[in-house]
Amino acid sequence: MQISGAEIVVRSLQEEGVEFVFGYPGGAVLEIYDAIFRQQEFKHVLVRHEQAAVHAADAYSRSSDKVGVALVTSGPGATNAVTGIATAYMDSIPMVVISGQVPTPAIGLDAFQEVDMVGITRPCVKHNFLVKDINELAATIKKAFYIAKTGRPGPVVVDVPKDVTQAKAEFHYPESVSIRSYVPVTRGHPGQIKKAVNLLAEAKRPYIYVGGGAVQGDAAAEVTELVKMLGVPCTNTLMGLGAYPGQDQQFLGMLGMHGTYEANMAMQYCDVLIAVGARFDDRVISIPSHFLSQPKKIVHIDVDPSSIAKRVKVDVPIVGDVKHVLRDMIDLFKQTGLKTNEQHLNNWWKQIEEWRSYNSLLYTPSTELIKPQYVVQKLYEITGGDAIITSDVGQHQMWAAQYYPFKRPKQWLNSGGLGTMGFGLPAAIGAQLANPDAQVACITGEGSIQMNIQELSTAKQYHTPVKVIALNNRYLGMVRQWQEFFYGTRYSESYMDALPDFVKIAEAYGHVGFKVENPADVEPVLRETFSPALKERLVFLDFRTDQSENVFPMIQNGKGLDQMDLPPHMRELQIAPFENNRDYGNMC
Amino acid sequence: MRHILSILLENEAGALSRVVGLFSARAYNIDSLTVSTTEDPTLSRMTIVTHGSDEVIEQITKQLNKLIEVVKVIDLNESDHIEREMMLIKVRATGKDREEMKRMADIFRGRIIDVTEKTYTIELTGTSDKLNAFIEAIDRSVILETVRTGASGIGRGERILKI
Ligand SMILES: Cc1cc2nc3c(=O)[nH]c(=O)nc-3n(C[C@H](O)[C@H](O)[C@H](O)COP(=O)(O)OP(=O)(O)OC[C@H]3O[C@@H](n4cnc5c(N)ncnc54)[C@H](O)[C@@H]3O)c2cc1C
Ligand SMILES: Cc1ncc(C[n+]2csc(CCOP(=O)(O)OP(=O)(O)O)c2C)c(N)n1
Ligand SMILES: [Mg+2]
Repeated sequence: MQISGAEIVVRSLQEEGVEFVFGYPGGAVLEIYDAIFRQQEFKHVLVRHEQAAVHAADAYSRSSDKVGVALVTSGPGATNAVTGIATAYMDSIPMVVISGQVPTPAIGLDAFQEVDMVGITRPCVKHNFLVKDINELAATIKKAFYIAKTGRPGPVVVDVPKDVTQAKAEFHYPESVSIRSYVPVTRGHPGQIKKAVNLLAEAKRPYIYVGGGAVQGDAAAEVTELVKMLGVPCTNTLMGLGAYPGQDQQFLGMLGMHGTYEANMAMQYCDVLIAVGARFDDRVISIPSHFLSQPKKIVHIDVDPSSIAKRVKVDVPIVGDVKHVLRDMIDLFKQTGLKTNEQHLNNWWKQIEEWRSYNSLLYTPSTELIKPQYVVQKLYEITGGDAIITSDVGQHQMWAAQYYPFKRPKQWLNSGGLGTMGFGLPAAIGAQLANPDAQVACITGEGSIQMNIQELSTAKQYHTPVKVIALNNRYLGMVRQWQEFFYGTRYSESYMDALPDFVKIAEAYGHVGFKVENPADVEPVLRETFSPALKERLVFLDFRTDQSENVFPMIQNGKGLDQMDLPPHMRELQIAPFENNRDYGNMC
Repeated sequence: MRHILSILLENEAGALSRVVGLFSARAYNIDSLTVSTTEDPTLSRMTIVTHGSDEVIEQITKQLNKLIEVVKVIDLNESDHIEREMMLIKVRATGKDREEMKRMADIFRGRIIDVTEKTYTIELTGTSDKLNAFIEAIDRSVILETVRTGASGIGRGERILKI
C-alpha cells in the first residue's frame, strides 16, 4: 500500500522506537503534523521556541541511551533550531532533527520561508540530508539515526521538502544500514593497548583524565574498574563529570579553567597520562606548550582520529570505542599480572594529598548573604546527590560542577563546548521526560533563564515537575568576573537591571515560586521544594545570592595549569613548587 | 609544505560543498581543486593541492576522512606520484612575435589549438611548475588570457586509490 511521505516520516520514527518528538509546527511540516495527529505511538511535545525543542531532544539523548528527535518547520523554524544543533554538535550528542523545506520545485527561488538548511547547518552537524525523492525518505531516516549514534555521536539533520511529504510511495523500513564510506572503529589496536598498559605499569606519576566520551560511550563502569584496580588518581572534564564517582577518594575533582588545585597540578606534573574520550580542550589544558613543558607520556583513547593530535602530540594514540579499549586494557592487566609500582604510587599520592589539603574549593560562609556554593551544597544534600542536574552557562554552571559531586554518568547535563545560555530549562524538560521518576533540577542564572523562560509553559503542559534553582546575582556573573579581573572593574553591560519578579512569573505560568534572601532560609526552602507535597509541581527558586562572589580556582587565558588564580585563603600560603623525586617522608 | 591529496568520494549532491566548507571553516588552504566522476559513476575523484605544516596536513586528512561521503583519502606526497595540470593560454601573436610564440610553444611541447590573425591559443600540459615556467618564459605583455585546471595526481606504479 502506498502512503504519504509524511506518514513515512511518522512510521520511520515509530520503527526507531521514538517515544517523544519535540517540535513546533508550520507550513512546510503541516503534512507531517497531520500524520502525527493520526497516530498514537509516540508523543509530540509542543515547545514554545524551536531552540528549546532541540535542547530538549538533546537532553533527552544526554540523559538516556536513546536518540532525541526534534521537528521544526522551514525558514525561521529551521534557523531557530540552529543554536540547539550547534550545541549538540560541540558536545557530540546524538540527535535527529527533521526540518521542513519548501517544495522541491520552489527550492532556490527565494520562496516563502525558504532557507538553505543543509547549507546553514553543514558546519555544525555530523551529517545532513536533503531528501528530494520520496523513495529515499525511509532509508535516509534510517541512516540519520545510524550516523547520529555510532562512532563519535552527533546531530543529523534531515531536510524534507513539502512536496515529498505529500507524495506517495510504498513504505519499507530497512532492517540494517551499511554505508561504504562510513565505518566507525570500535576495537583499539592490540599493539597500542599493550604499549599503554606497559606505560602505566612503569609510571611514577600516572593520571587518568576522563571526558565526555566515557559518558557518551557508556564506559563509566570500565573507567571505575581500571582506576580502582590500579589505585591511580582520576579527574573528569566538565563533560566527563559522573563518569567516575565524584565522592571517591581517588577522584581529584574536575580539572581545567575552574578545576580544583589538585586536579590541575596533577595534570601538569603527571608523567603518564591516559586521556579517555577527552579532547584536550583549551578550557582544560590552556596552552599546549606550557602543558607539555613538563615531560609526560600521553596515551589518547578516542573514537575520532581527528580528536587525537589535534592540540597535543601524543605518544600512544588508540583509535577505538572507550568501552572496548578500557575492557581490553583491564583484561591485559589481569592476564599479564602487571601492576602499577606501589612505591612510586605512594609518593605520588603523598604529593596529591598535599595539594588536596589546601582545599581549593573552600569559600567564606556568610550568615548575611547567600553564597551560591552553599546553595549547591545544600541541594546535593537534600537530593541525596541523586538528582539529574541541568545547567545554563556562567558562574552558576561552574559552581554546579564544583559543588555537586555527581555519582553516575548522564546525571549532569550542560552545554560545555558551545556554552549556550538558555540550555538549562528545556534540557530539564527533556531529561524529565526521559527519566519520569528522577528528580530533575536546573541550576541557572537570572541571565540564562531568561533566554528560554517561555518553556515554563511547556513544562506546565507536559507536567514536568522540574525544580529551577536560580542563583540570582543580578549580574551576568561570569562576564562580571572577567571584567573585575581583566577590565579594571568596568562592568560594561553586565548588570541585569529591571529584573522581573520570578515568583510571579512562575505563578503566572501555573507553577510555584519562592524568593529566598536569607541564608537561614536556604535549607528549609529546598526541603520544602523537594518534599512530597511539591513532588508534582515545578518550583522556581529565586535565590538572591552574593553579587560579588567569584569562581575559583581560575586559570587566566595564556596561563598554565599550575598557574591558577587561587581562592583568597590560598593566596598567602607558601606552597612548595613541585619537585621531581622529592622525599615525602612520613607526612600525610 | 605543498601536498597533493587525492580523495575518492560519493558522487552525491553536496559532497563537494562539504569538502570546500571544511577547508574554509577550519582555515586550511586550497591552492587548487579539481573534481570529476570516475569510471564508476557513483564515485568522484578529487585532487586538492594544499600547503601547511605536517600537523595541519595530518588534521586535514583526518577531517576529510571524517566526512561521511568521503570514501578514501591519500596524500600523494607520501610516495612516488605523477602530477599533471592543463593550461589554455591565449596570447597576442603578431609580427615577429608570431614566429617566436610558435617556437616557445614547441619547446614546452604545447599545441596551438586556435589561431586568428592576431592570436594563438596554446594548450599546455605538465606539472604546475612547468606551466608557471612557460608563463615566466614568454613576454608578459602578450598574454591575453589564461585558464588552468589545477593539478590532478595519481600514484606511480602499482599504487592504486580504489575502494
Ligand atoms: C563557562 C565555561 C567554563 C568551562 N570550564 C571548563 C573547565 O574548567 N574544565 C573543563 O573540563 N571544561 C570546561 N568547559 C567545557 C569545555 O569548553 C569543553 O566543552 C570540555 O572541556 C570538553 O570536554 P571533553 O574533553 O570531555 O570533550 P567532549 O566535548 O565531551 O568530547 C568527547 C570526546 O570523546 C570522544 N568520544 C565520544 N564518544 C566516544 C566513544 N564512545 N569512545 C571513544 N571516544 C569517544 C569524542 O570524539 C571527543 O573527542 C567550560 C565551558 C564553559 C561554557
Ligand atoms: C547565548 C549566549 N550569549 C552570551 C554568552 C556569554 N556569557 C557567558 S556566561 C554569561 C553570563 C551568564 O549570566 P547568568 O545566567 O546570570 O549566570 P551567572 O554567571 O551570573 O551565574 C554570558 C553573557 C553565552 N555563553 N551564551
Ligand atoms: Mg547572574
